[in-house]
Amino acid sequence: MSTLTYESALEKYDPVFGIEVHVELNTATKIFCGCANQFGSAPNTNVCPVCIGLPGSMPVTNEKVVESAVRLGLALGCSIRESSRFARKNYFYPDLAKDYQISQYDEPTCYDGELEVVLDDGEVVTVGIERAHIEEDAGKNTHVGGSGGIQGADYSLVDYNRAGVPLVEIVTRPIEGTAERVAEVARAYVATIRDIVKAMDISDGRMEQGSLRADVNLSLRPKAADGEDQSAVPFGKRSETKNVNSLRAIERAIHFEIVRQAGLLDAGQPVHQETRHWHEDTGETTSGRSKEEAEDYRYFPEPDLLPVEPDAAWVESLRGTIPEHPAKRRARLQEEWAFSDLEMRDAVNAGALDLIAATIAAGATPASARKWWLGELARTANDAGTSLDGLAIAPAQVAAVQAMVDEGKLNDKLARQVIEGVLAGEGEPSEVVAARGLEIVSDDSALEAAVDEALAAQPDVLEKIQSGKVQAAGAIVGAVMKATRGQADAGRVREIILQRAGVNP
Amino acid sequence: MSSLDSAQVARLAGLARIDLTAEELDRLSGQLNAIVDAVATVSEAVGDDVPATSHPIPMANVHREDVVQPSLTNAQALSGAPDAEDGRFRVPRILGEEA
Repeated sequence: MSTLTYESALEKYDPVFGIEVHVELNTATKIFCGCANQFGSAPNTNVCPVCIGLPGSMPVTNEKVVESAVRLGLALGCSIRESSRFARKNYFYPDLAKDYQISQYDEPTCYDGELEVVLDDGEVVTVGIERAHIEEDAGKNTHVGGSGGIQGADYSLVDYNRAGVPLVEIVTRPIEGTAERVAEVARAYVATIRDIVKAMDISDGRMEQGSLRADVNLSLRPKAADGEDQSAVPFGKRSETKNVNSLRAIERAIHFEIVRQAGLLDAGQPVHQETRHWHEDTGETTSGRSKEEAEDYRYFPEPDLLPVEPDAAWVESLRGTIPEHPAKRRARLQEEWAFSDLEMRDAVNAGALDLIAATIAAGATPASARKWWLGELARTANDAGTSLDGLAIAPAQVAAVQAMVDEGKLNDKLARQVIEGVLAGEGEPSEVVAARGLEIVSDDSALEAAVDEALAAQPDVLEKIQSGKVQAAGAIVGAVMKATRGQADAGRVREIILQRAGVNP
Repeated sequence: MSSLDSAQVARLAGLARIDLTAEELDRLSGQLNAIVDAVATVSEAVGDDVPATSHPIPMANVHREDVVQPSLTNAQALSGAPDAEDGRFRVPRILGEEA
């Protein structure tokens, strides 16, 4: 088999891809029973007769799941079906005790949407959304013995805590025309979904914890000759790579599949329509089962659940809760805040956007809000191994500290100590200032006394200042700051020194 | 108008993990065809003006509030399991099948 580079593969072939994203909703309870929807509990402690499939148990739909799914559908520009229903997807695998998954098949709640995806350079790609349907998650298998994988395991252990956790599966239409930007578009699409579900607070959107999971379908077709219509060339056979669970991995999996499939096509060999597994360690995909023979789920309408028929007025009221598109919001904020591209990227990467926005809303300037969250507070969070929003300080408190700086009540050094106090749980900024006695010494008579004392202690410095070496005043400023334990306004101290020396400031 | 042959019934049996002898396949093919025919007869009786339905009762949106209810204890959950280990259900090894 020939080995093409990624670049040369894309010169010969045109990639078409599609993505299925599973979003775990952050409802309090599971989708069809009242068990807690909680990650990290002891095995089989968030389970009941419904989610372990005991005979006679009956599912009842969680209204919050319907609400979150409809909101997500609206955010993806989908139509909301007047009447949708659940279906049983039958398969034998012990991660679901019922031997079927309750999903939606021919009548998904949300369908026909589109999502604008903004690439790093600002180019906008519109991704068609075929459907967003509601379903239940499966339990977790642990394979014991052998190599630890499914093959050769002696037996498996099953934890059903995750069985019945609500999911929305978002399925794109085939995405064409991305050519050499295919991996970038795929990554940006999933990142956009993640940003949307987080902004809407309907999911944690944590790929590393599996609350957002992606399957990537990809096929290649010959590149159309110059002047020919690429979209007229039929699609090639596609592979579906399962559980690609980081943004970086999405790009890597697409790279790997393009090179692999191009190699097969170049050698005149067929690409099989199949499921493939992604291996994070090697950056490769390996063949799973063949799709044609394995995929026969014998879907049929779920008889134990009634149709979901969202009231039109309610749907319209939910439309009002849909947040601004994340990329458009970022562009708007960058302009409003006058941040450079680099500053904006730093703020986004640090997860500081909402915190900065809230700090500004509480009265700080964009520059000062950015300075605190990406400076002092980012260092603190980094040292503590936590995220910025995990710090014990609220945007309003940061804004309050900055206000005191602006009013001249605190200098930077004191302000940092106030922040430190708030983080240590010593109360509101004003309380920390009072308790620690941090307010700046603005009483001129006190400063004058300190300046006089310092000048008397260093008469040679006074002479230098008077002979025109104004920069010598720095030594006196230092002495005064030391005497006031940093609680003086250095600028004011300097003015007083020059006055005392009889030099014009 | 029946359409299921025994090869198709064998495939269905395979999907349902039911082991059938050739004799059982023949017998069940006949029975399944009778069911398929009966359903087909009902389809003929329905005009275009009747929408397809998956439920006999005219109800929708039977939901519950998103409020946590007590779950089973781990011991209760595992009490009916043929085998368990480390608080989890222990199942025979899974050969070549994946969800």
